[in-house]
This record gives sequence, structure tokens and C-alpha cells, in this order.
Amino acid sequence: MTPANILRATLAAGLLVAFALPSAVAPAAAQAVQGGDTGGGVVRVAKPVTGAQVYQSVCQACHMQDGKGGSGAGTIPALASNPRLAGAAYPIMVVSKGKGAMPSFTDLLSDAQMANVITYVRTNFGNSYAKPVSEAEVARIAHPPAAARD
Amino acid sequence: MDMGARTPTRRQLLSAIAAVGGTAALYQAMTTLGHAAETQFAGPPNLSGAKPGASVIVLGAGLAGMLAAHELTKAGYKVKILEYQDRAGGRNWSLRGGDTYTELGGATQKVGFAPGNYMNPGPWRIPHHHRTLLHYCKSFGVALEPFIQFNHNTYVHSSQAFGGKPVRFNAAAADFEGNIAELLAKSVNQKALDEAVTLEDRERLLEALRGWGMLDKDYKYVSSLRTSGHRGFERPPGGGVNGAPIASPLYDFHDVLDPQVWTSMAFFMGHEMQTTMFQPVGGMDMIGKAFAKQVQQLITYNAKVTKIAQDDKGVAVTYQDTATGQTATAAADWCVCTIPLGVLGQIDTQVTDAMMAAIKAVPYSGQVKIGLEMRRRFWEEDDYIYGGHSFTDQEIALISYPNNNLFGDGPAVLLGAFAREMGAYRLAGMTPQQRIEAALQQGSVIHPANYRKEFVTGASVAWSRVPWTLGCCARWNEDTRKTHYQTLVAMDRRIVLAGEHASYVGCWMEGALLSSIDAITRLHKRALEA
Repeated sequence: MTPANILRATLAAGLLVAFALPSAVAPAAAQAVQGGDTGGGVVRVAKPVTGAQVYQSVCQACHMQDGKGGSGAGTIPALASNPRLAGAAYPIMVVSKGKGAMPSFTDLLSDAQMANVITYVRTNFGNSYAKPVSEAEVARIAHPPAAARD
Repeated sequence: MDMGARTPTRRQLLSAIAAVGGTAALYQAMTTLGHAAETQFAGPPNLSGAKPGASVIVLGAGLAGMLAAHELTKAGYKVKILEYQDRAGGRNWSLRGGDTYTELGGATQKVGFAPGNYMNPGPWRIPHHHRTLLHYCKSFGVALEPFIQFNHNTYVHSSQAFGGKPVRFNAAAADFEGNIAELLAKSVNQKALDEAVTLEDRERLLEALRGWGMLDKDYKYVSSLRTSGHRGFERPPGGGVNGAPIASPLYDFHDVLDPQVWTSMAFFMGHEMQTTMFQPVGGMDMIGKAFAKQVQQLITYNAKVTKIAQDDKGVAVTYQDTATGQTATAAADWCVCTIPLGVLGQIDTQVTDAMMAAIKAVPYSGQVKIGLEMRRRFWEEDDYIYGGHSFTDQEIALISYPNNNLFGDGPAVLLGAFAREMGAYRLAGMTPQQRIEAALQQGSVIHPANYRKEFVTGASVAWSRVPWTLGCCARWNEDTRKTHYQTLVAMDRRIVLAGEHASYVGCWMEGALLSSIDAITRLHKRALEA
């Protein structure tokens, strides 16, 4: 089984205790409440690290486990077999800046997490853009002023 | 929390906070303590005198759309509503036994709640100052009952404090306030605040701290019958031989400083979270149904809007009947569009580039709610919790207890998750069955003895997968407000947007209604001038 399949199988078995590999899970980050009608208190969630973990913990909420998105009154685009992922810049731009209903993830994910998950998506779901996306590549687009110092 | 002592000492307290915590603390405190204006609602719009034959097409039969249709019809317009779903109400929605819900991705849930039970996936509580909503609830005959927002006897749970065990809110909050009072009193008595506070006010502050913080004569917060009077007793007062109460021990100050404690306390200070709050009797969708009753004959259901065109003479909206696949076009002089922005941004819409940029600039949140039906009300019977919320730092964020049918026998539905941000993404990414399992596992930390044992059935709504909104609420920030908000709410020739996204009361029904009233008032004025 691939790591992704193992994770899926783990979920399917109902073993939902954070992630299977505690060593891969960084300290939980506390999140306070944003505006609107939300629950109170702080929430600490296991920090996903690998691309598969970030995908499963975040992206899958909309783009689905199979990366195929969905369609109703509007469409959540498929990431599976998506030629727009051929270049790394486009997915970096979308993840870091947001697009339409999709929020920017720079507040929730580190550059490393974004790099890992973009690499993961570009090498899974029928995509085979083998070159890994680096943290520095993400930083250049997500935080332009910082990139100037690099 | 007892806030009764706050008012007379407000200025002194602020000065003291500034001296101890600096201006940032002062600003935060002032924000919290500041006087809140109640509402912008000045009554229903009372529009009248529409030009003969003038027409409006309303997109979306949520509260904003239905209110617009209702008021514009009264004003004399010929109104038609197009709705994507086969029901009216939009995010004002309740799920009951027998209901079926299919989310994006195709997962279908058949809700198995017992008759009379329900969950409210969207809005679920109404602040007392949401005057617009309350006004229309009253005029449309929606019965309201108290929503028990604040319950001292619920639990606070942090994975990083109190040994990971839930503690009662009243005990944690009392210990937080008592310790803060003791420390502040110590600062006063050590003359740390002499420059900031006058002698007279230092004495008044000490008196307040002793009274408010339950301090002893030495200004210490200690285990005593007095402090137990706030935080709860080891043995409560009773009658007869063993009537004498026994004081409870205090929690460790380090645990009490866990952010879960003060954020749970501060939550209720937010203007929108202050009591009194309400809910409709019988489920939140009683409001949507009451609105729909006013405009029922105007609604075309199963209408998926595919194109919104306009010119100087009018608006033409193309839509597909999702049941038959047939396409039709509806024409009108004007258009009130309440389609959520994430969906609207994908529709071929003839508006200015600036308006389209505004529509596409606002992301949506993706809260997750999970309703769990339990065989009996163990939280009432065993834990003496009647309504309110237990907060946890797990993904589910809270357990909220039902406000209806208190002391009832038979199954009851509690809210087993109101997840946000990372917690919500995690839960939303699961299958409905996995979400229930996660909610049971996490909820069992709060109620270990009964949670799994009494569980009957559950249902979940992950708003990021709701087919007709692609999200829960519009999420503005300071930058997008500055760049796009005025464009978004301005009339774009013959089209005006309305909904919670076109308001500063985002994520609330009140915002949708205030936005709608403002939009149709301006539309009517423009129509009379045209």
C-alpha cells in the first residue's frame, strides 16, 4: 500500500486518533475564534506535516478524498488529472492567495506544509509532475517581500 | 460570571488594567467593556408607489431574497424568485428524522432522529439585539423560546490543563477571576499602581477586588466556603445532620491560565453572544417556512441560474430546471441577487469588472455541525446541565445541549460539534460515518460514562460541501472591506446584491435581512427615478 492508501484505510477503519505516526505530528496549534457565529474557546488540532496529511486534513474538505471536487449550484474544481497543475506557480498562487470561495491558507499552513501538499497533489490523483515544490518556491509567491531577501 | 461589580468601577478598572498590562491590554479591555450600539434596524422599509408594471427578479429564496420579495410585492412590484433548491429558507434550515441530505461528493445521509427532534445545521441562536429578525418573527407569527446561551454548570475541557479532564465552567472561571483579583490587589498593596490610581480609587479598587474576586481579609484567594459560593462546593449546603457545606479545593493557577478558560469566559462578552438569546420553537427552519408562506406563490424551485444579463432596459436571467434539464429565461426590470458569492462568481454575470472582482474576492468559511441523538438526557439527569455549551479544544470545539423539552423522557439531540477552521477542515474531509465516530470519540472525553452508551443516531453538515453555497459564511477582512465592500453593495446598473455577505453582520440572519432592506430601498429609489 502507498502511504496515502494506508492513511485512507486507517480512516476507513474508523481509527481517527489524529495521525498514525505520532513522530510526524508537530505540536498542536491553538486557534482562537474568528468573527460570526462560531463556537467559543480555543481549538488545538494535530498539525499535519506530510503532503498526504495536509491534503487529508485540509484540502479534502472541499476537493474530496479522490481529488475530483464536486458540482452543485457551483463547482469545486477537480485536482485529479488537472493540467493546470503542470506548473507549480498556479497551485502555489491559489493555495497562498485563495480563489473565489477558497480562502488563503497562509494563516493556517506554513510554507513547508503548502509545499508538501502541492507536491503531493501534483504527484497523485492522476497527476505526474514529479519535480517537488520547495518551501522557497512557495515563499517567493506567498510572501513576496521575504523573497526579495533570499 | 458576575459582572455586576463592573459598572461603578469601570474607569478605575481600566486605569489599573492600563497600568498593569499597558495600552494593548487597555484597548482590549475597552473594546470588551465599551458601550455597544444595539442595531441599525429602524423598522420595516414601508416602500410604496412602484411604477405600474415594474418588475423585479429575486435570485435565491433564503431570508434576504424572501424579505426582498415580500417587501417589494407590498410596494407594488411584480416579483419572481428563482431558487436552486427544492425548498425555501437557504441556510435557515433544520434536519429532522426522515430527511435526506446529499453533500458535494455524493455522500447521502438519511436522518434518523426520532419524531420532534431536529438539528439546525446553519443558524441556531438569535441575539436579543437582532431587531430586524425579531421584528419579522413576530409579524410572521414565529414562536420563539429562550436559547440557553450561558450555563455556568457546563464543562470546559483543555487537553493541556487539569490533567486533560473536563472541569466545570463556574469553578474554572471563579479561579481565574479570583487569582487575577488577588494579583491585582497585590499590585495595589505593593504600591505598584500608586501613580496610576488615586488613593481614594485604590481603596475602592481593593474593595471591588475583594468582593468580585471572593478574596479573604488578606486579599488572598483561598479555598473557603466563600470562594466555593462561586466555584461550587465539595459538599453543597444541605439540611439536617450533614447540612454544613464543605469547601472545594482550588485548581492549580497554571491550569487556570490555560487559554481555554479565559477564551470560554470571554466568548460570552462578545455582543453577539450575550444573553438573552432565542430560538424558534420546533426548529430554526420555522423562520424560513414563515417567510416562505408570505411569498410561496412567487418561488420557482429547482432553478439553477446559469446566466445573468442586463442592459439599460432590464435584466434577463437564464436558468436550468435541475429536475428536467430544461432551460428558460426570466426577464424583469430589476434584479436582487442573493446568491452566495462563491457560487455567483462562477455564473456568467453581466456586471462591471470591479463588481466581479469584489464577488470573487471574498472567501467562505466552512463550519461543521454534527447532531447526535442520545437515548436519554444524561447531561440533565446525571450532570445537571440544562442547555448551554461545553467547550473543548478538540476538533468538535463544543457540545451544545438542547434548549427545548427540558426534563423530557426519550431521545434528545445535542449538538456534538460546531467545528471551525482546522477542526472543521478535518471533520469535513471525512465521510459522514467517520464524522460521527470522531464526534463520539471526542465527546466521550467530556461525558465518558454515557456518550457512546446512549448514542442512537447522528447527522452532519460540513458547510464546505453544501452544494448550494460552497461554504458557510462570507469572510471579509480589513483589506477586502476597504477595496471591495462598497462596490459589492452598490447597484450595478439594474442588479443589486443582498445577503449576509453584503453586510457587516456577516454570518448572521440579521445581516442578511439588514442587507436586503438596504438593497431594496435603494433599488426602489432608483426605479422611481428611472
